[in-house]
Amino acid sequence: MEIAVIYNGNEFIIPNTTISAIIIAIFLIIVAVIVSLKIKKAKAEEAPSGFLNVIELLVETMDNMVKSNMGEKNMSFSPFILTLMVFIAACNLSGLFGLTPPTSDFGFIFMVALIVFIIAQINHMKSIGIPKYLKGFTEPYALMTPLNIISELSNPISMSFRVFGNILSGGLVTTLLYTALGNFSPLIAPLHIYLDIFVGLLQAFVFVMLTMVSINTGEN
Amino acid sequence: MLQGISNEAFILGCSAIGAGLAMIAGFGGALGEGIATGMACQAIGRQPEAQGEITRTMVLGFAITETNGIYSLVIAIILLFVRPLLAGL
Repeated sequence: MEIAVIYNGNEFIIPNTTISAIIIAIFLIIVAVIVSLKIKKAKAEEAPSGFLNVIELLVETMDNMVKSNMGEKNMSFSPFILTLMVFIAACNLSGLFGLTPPTSDFGFIFMVALIVFIIAQINHMKSIGIPKYLKGFTEPYALMTPLNIISELSNPISMSFRVFGNILSGGLVTTLLYTALGNFSPLIAPLHIYLDIFVGLLQAFVFVMLTMVSINTGEN
Repeated sequence: MLQGISNEAFILGCSAIGAGLAMIAGFGGALGEGIATGMACQAIGRQPEAQGEITRTMVLGFAITETNGIYSLVIAIILLFVRPLLAGL
């Protein structure tokens, strides 16, 4: 379902990973609107019902995780990190619903990792001040500066390669098995539980953990 | 022996061999993860109440250990499907 767009006489192809990313984003926005409407209607003195309970559990778990990994004063990152986790998890799981997982496109997940990288750098600058931040690159010797810069820059690349490689390899393995087994292919349906659900959720969790670590380093 | 082989076929075959060789890197990651799981089991046996903390650290460590395996996988995928070496012909 690739879409070709003609603009100024040039033809651009919008890959289907982008389209599924937009579909997932719209779906998540609708879910968020429904949840906020439900929260407004809910009464504070009553225990939350089914669906709201799950959301509350999710938010509470994420708050606790941010508190234990990043400390009290970085609690304001909790909504951003929960959004990131829900979005990446939804992207990883979208393969089950017939969409092409957006995370199997390196460009998509690399942009997400770049956002995290920029936020982390700005947070470091804000927390210790720009002179100290720049001086941090020359630790422990001035000779190590290029290595420090490379190690900092390799962070988003390794973070995005991890999710990309896992999701793409899961898709490749299932495709290979479906082609190889022919008529017996329904036999490998349980494999989706591992390759799509377990690996997808685990990678979203790991991405979020590394996000917290990379935003947090450099300040105590 | 190589006389009947076209240049493209030769490069494609070498790419396939390279992709296979690249995947040997999975060995290191698998070994490391096995050792880490064994150590985590020992730690949980010694301190069962710290299970959550140990598991979380272990999973994070897995993700980082896995990186070199993933790099080799990406190299293998590029060699097999993008075939950058064919462009050099």
